[in-house]
Amino acid sequence: MVTFHFVPYQEIEDLNSTKRISKLMGIVRQDKIVVLEGQLHKEEETALIESTMSDINEEFRGIELAVIYPEKQKMDAMKRLKFDIARFLVGNRQGFTIVGPASIVKRVRQNPSSIELFTQEARKRKKR
Amino acid sequence: MGGFISRFIQRYFRNIFRNRSHVRLGLYGPPNAGKSTLANKICKDWLNQEMSTVSPIPHETREIQIKEEVSIKNEDGKTLSFSLVDTPGIATKIDYEDFIKKGLKEAVAKKRAKEATKGVIESIKWLDSMDAVVVVLDATQDPYSQVNITIVGNLQARNIPVLIVANKVDLRRAKLNKVKAAFPQYEVVGVSAKLGTNVNEFYNTLFKLVG
Repeated sequence: MVTFHFVPYQEIEDLNSTKRISKLMGIVRQDKIVVLEGQLHKEEETALIESTMSDINEEFRGIELAVIYPEKQKMDAMKRLKFDIARFLVGNRQGFTIVGPASIVKRVRQNPSSIELFTQEARKRKKR
Repeated sequence: MGGFISRFIQRYFRNIFRNRSHVRLGLYGPPNAGKSTLANKICKDWLNQEMSTVSPIPHETREIQIKEEVSIKNEDGKTLSFSLVDTPGIATKIDYEDFIKKGLKEAVAKKRAKEATKGVIESIKWLDSMDAVVVVLDATQDPYSQVNITIVGNLQARNIPVLIVANKVDLRRAKLNKVKAAFPQYEVVGVSAKLGTNVNEFYNTLFKLVG
């Protein structure tokens, strides 16, 4: 069984970067796949990778990360402006961020409009 | 909002104080994309020496490698000098069992995994020190991986000029157009660092980026 844990953006919007990452990692370390409404800042994504690397040991092998969001290149100038203003005012609520433990999510295949998660076989997971 | 302002101020002051007379050019990308092979090609072409060791086993480069004072010339006789920084590949997961599958002994695999995690952290910390970055991607792999997007997004957020190199174009599975489609806002040059295919175009594009 695979558990998805939904995190609405409002649950992280008032947190600083360290607390955001710690919250997401806390859920991932419970062997759940986080589905976060919206996106982290790009610097937070690298901080998430740094945090993951610090945590890696023989049991925890890391994470799989995927972000799906509206493509700005496909928007006309007016829509892009509205998109940027909305993001500035209410945060990166557009799209979804998926963070899963590598022990459960074997591979992520993504293109701009879809994400496919390939999970590890349950038997293999139990072995770990 | 406070975070946005503080990031803006940091970037503004970093750009003012960035020492343009000494360009630091970083090679970034996922593991086994060919960063060290490209670093070696550059150093062989212009210094007649190698810089890094390469291996088919991922995470061969686990520490930052720097070659100071690399000077390259273009067809007009102009010179571009920079410090070349070869960085450990950035990944979101490192499993020592993957190294065992590649033939390493368990103790060696565990040590390599531990060093590799430190290498990834080092690579990320060095992002702020770069004046320009060549993102090296394996053209036979899916370019839409989040690591690639995160690296490029971070460079964009830091206002660091980026050139994307789609490496391994000599292989039949290479899909240069897919890499170009994934990063339409950037210059993408297809090369084979191993065979030297198209490296002159790479050098010319590098001149446009930082020259």
